[in-house]
Amino acid sequence: MVKSTTKDARDLFHTLRSAYVATPTNLKIIDLYVCFAVFTALIQVAYMALVGSFPFNSFLSGVLSCIGTAVLAVCLRIQVNKENKEFKNLAPERAFADFVLCNLVLHLVIINFLG
Amino acid sequence: MAALESPQPAATATAMRHAFGNVLSVLILVLIGVLAFSIRLFSVIKYESVIHEFDPYFNYRVTQFLSKNGIYEFWNWFDDRTWYPLGRVIGGTVYPGLTLTAGTIWWFLNSLNIPLSVETVCVFTAPVFSAFASWATYLLTQEVKGSGAGLAAAVLLAMVPSYISRSVAGSYDNEAVAIFALIFTFYLYIKTLNTGSLFYATLNALAYFYMVCSWGGYTFIINLIPMHVLLCIVTGRYSPRLYIAYAPLVVLGTLLAALVPVVGFNAVLTSEHFASFLVFIIIHVVALVYYIKGILTPKMFKVAVTLVVSIGMVVCFIVVAILVALVASSPTGGWSGRSLSLLDPTYASKYIPIIASVSEHQPPTWPSYFMDINVLAFLVPAGIIACFSPLSDSSSFVVLYIVMSVYFSGVMVRLMLVLAPAACIMSGIALSQAFDVFTGSIKYQLGRSSNSTDDAEDTNNAPKDDASAGKTDKGEEIVKERSSKKGKKKEREPADKPSVKSKAKKKALVLPLETSIVALLLLIMLGAFYVIHCVWAAAEAYSAPSIVLTSQSRDGLHVFDDFRESYAWLSHNTDVDDKVASWWDYGYQTTAMANRTVIVDNNTWNNTHIATVGTAMSSPEKAAWEIFNSLDVKYVLVVFGGLIGYPSDDINKFLWMVRIGGGVFPHIKEADYLRDGQYRINSEATPTMLNCLMYKLSYYRFVETDGKGYDRVRRTEIGKKHFKLTHFEEVFTSHHWMVRIYKLKPARNRIRGRAKKLKSKTTSAGWSSKSEKKNPWV
Repeated sequence: MVKSTTKDARDLFHTLRSAYVATPTNLKIIDLYVCFAVFTALIQVAYMALVGSFPFNSFLSGVLSCIGTAVLAVCLRIQVNKENKEFKNLAPERAFADFVLCNLVLHLVIINFLG
Repeated sequence: MAALESPQPAATATAMRHAFGNVLSVLILVLIGVLAFSIRLFSVIKYESVIHEFDPYFNYRVTQFLSKNGIYEFWNWFDDRTWYPLGRVIGGTVYPGLTLTAGTIWWFLNSLNIPLSVETVCVFTAPVFSAFASWATYLLTQEVKGSGAGLAAAVLLAMVPSYISRSVAGSYDNEAVAIFALIFTFYLYIKTLNTGSLFYATLNALAYFYMVCSWGGYTFIINLIPMHVLLCIVTGRYSPRLYIAYAPLVVLGTLLAALVPVVGFNAVLTSEHFASFLVFIIIHVVALVYYIKGILTPKMFKVAVTLVVSIGMVVCFIVVAILVALVASSPTGGWSGRSLSLLDPTYASKYIPIIASVSEHQPPTWPSYFMDINVLAFLVPAGIIACFSPLSDSSSFVVLYIVMSVYFSGVMVRLMLVLAPAACIMSGIALSQAFDVFTGSIKYQLGRSSNSTDDAEDTNNAPKDDASAGKTDKGEEIVKERSSKKGKKKEREPADKPSVKSKAKKKALVLPLETSIVALLLLIMLGAFYVIHCVWAAAEAYSAPSIVLTSQSRDGLHVFDDFRESYAWLSHNTDVDDKVASWWDYGYQTTAMANRTVIVDNNTWNNTHIATVGTAMSSPEKAAWEIFNSLDVKYVLVVFGGLIGYPSDDINKFLWMVRIGGGVFPHIKEADYLRDGQYRINSEATPTMLNCLMYKLSYYRFVETDGKGYDRVRRTEIGKKHFKLTHFEEVFTSHHWMVRIYKLKPARNRIRGRAKKLKSKTTSAGWSSKSEKKNPWV
């Protein structure tokens, strides 16, 4: 039972990996950006656990800026992905412009809240 | 060639029709705005351009301060003229949206050299924003069902009495701008959901920020939207557009909400926001699942699922256990008092008497539904059914909105206001569908020979309109059928399939000509009844400024302007630093109009302080004098309606003072003031009642008015008629005895030699034992 589970897990891992390799490069870049942002957020949370949350607004704004930009990057990926039928008519430039605008608003708020 | 030419005139014909339709829509919208503005002007015409009620006076005072001192002073303002000696941090405890909006409008107009005073801007802010709110309703309903429904919903909202009651000219309160912000935020959410554009998601977050700035009811939005997202996920309507509509809103929205000082860290720490975070996590899990499902084969996907589920369950369980332990450890489970009283309607009456005592927080009665939303009450079910005929994301949202708002309006009368836009949207949809069916039938019957392609504006199902009167009782067969939308945006492709199917059934769907005409006329009559009721409600029921009272009698109109008379007396005849004590209802008005420091006001944030004043009002003169003296009070103000029959006076509110005081100081017991469970002030009243400060201050010298001391509100002669005041002296009584102001007599210089007897006599009050100085009165 355990052996078949590990075999399944390995098969699953291989399938996932091969499927992911097939995605276009621009999407992979966005995925990398998302991973970087989430990783930064995790580092900040770990730091807060070590040092304490005293300027809580700084902690909040730091973590939420990472998560926010990750979420926006995922939205960009959804809109730019050619396999998504719903966004066939959306030019990738428009999607990127929206992404930049939303990030601008997000970071304006972050800077205000950072203290 | 001929084939090419014939579509040309047809194409220009439809283009012309669309252009004409657009111009007509714009004209109608302008007229709706004018209607919404003018129906709220009754109080300005009947009385004068004055700020109403109690809370608007505080907002007015804050706006005055803002316009005089600028925004930095306003943001950091510590107000020491209220809640003496505690003061109040205005910057951190007020929702700044309304004052900033009015201040901006005032500043903008003044910079254009249009010299409107701050008071005028404040009085007319609400009608202007109600016009904006009806336009926002048009936009929202148009996203759900099309522009016909949008126009119907907009005109219904412009006139609905429930919204009028909180936004007449002069009612300068948070809801005036908050309802506009609410509808606009919902519109942008639906727009994002329909288009999947990140631009609208940004706008949605900014509109939500405006809503958070304006009203504490923003928690409704941040709980309704996650509920809707969850509903969509559970019913299998997950789509990337849902993710784009929801995820950026949560992150940006939380950040923006944390920016407002009133909310601050509550945006991440209180239970009211946890739903949004939970659904945020859920939507990410669902998105991941869909993504993996997309790149794996079905067999591998099953393997993945079993693996993940087994591991994930364990992790989930641990995390949930930690969360539950954290939340349960706080006494209210993390919820604030007001939200708890919404979830458990009996909570406030058991634990927080102040919330329970506000009349706006009581559950509404059945007649108030018909008073406040009138005809819409039975158009709403028809609208709900019409939303289900093609169930889309947006129509499921509107259905969820109305269900939730009906529940909350059932808990608190004040929340009927949140029900009003939902009811208007639903009724607009129902009316529009009904009109479609009838006019479609008429058109079909009249042009019976040709099944022209014009009727791609098709057959709709006839909604179950029989609720909408008993008037459409001409035995029409209302057949429930699948429908297609009027040729609007995204429903173009499916329009072909059902139209083929329904063309075959079309003859069965169409109603006879006479029936349709009669039904149309009856619907128009229904609308006429609604309009008449709304205008009546606006003119008679909701336009009273409550600071000026009028009554009709045989010799004409009597105007009772006692409140302003007494506040003016206070501001002219007392020193600037004198403190005035009264029940908390009049705090805002006293600070705004009389410009004197008060002890408690309508913000009611400090229950103990209010209980102190309540105890003082319920105690005998000596004890009350001591309490007030310890608070540096110079004047005491009571409102008395016995001479003219004004029912909202302090004697009628007195039992609440006793309850609130008794909640903190146990020596005040409500039973002491009741005779056999009945509240009396006549000869059968209890001695505690006849000796308490409130009784004495209200009825001092009252017997001189008619010789018998007949109280017109309680409809009885008072119990103790001839008495003198020992510790207070009367300084002012207004023209109709509505407001009575008393001054604390100063402490005597000579103490008579009975100081030793003091200690045994003061156990009843319990105050002297706490105060350091000797009580000179015993």
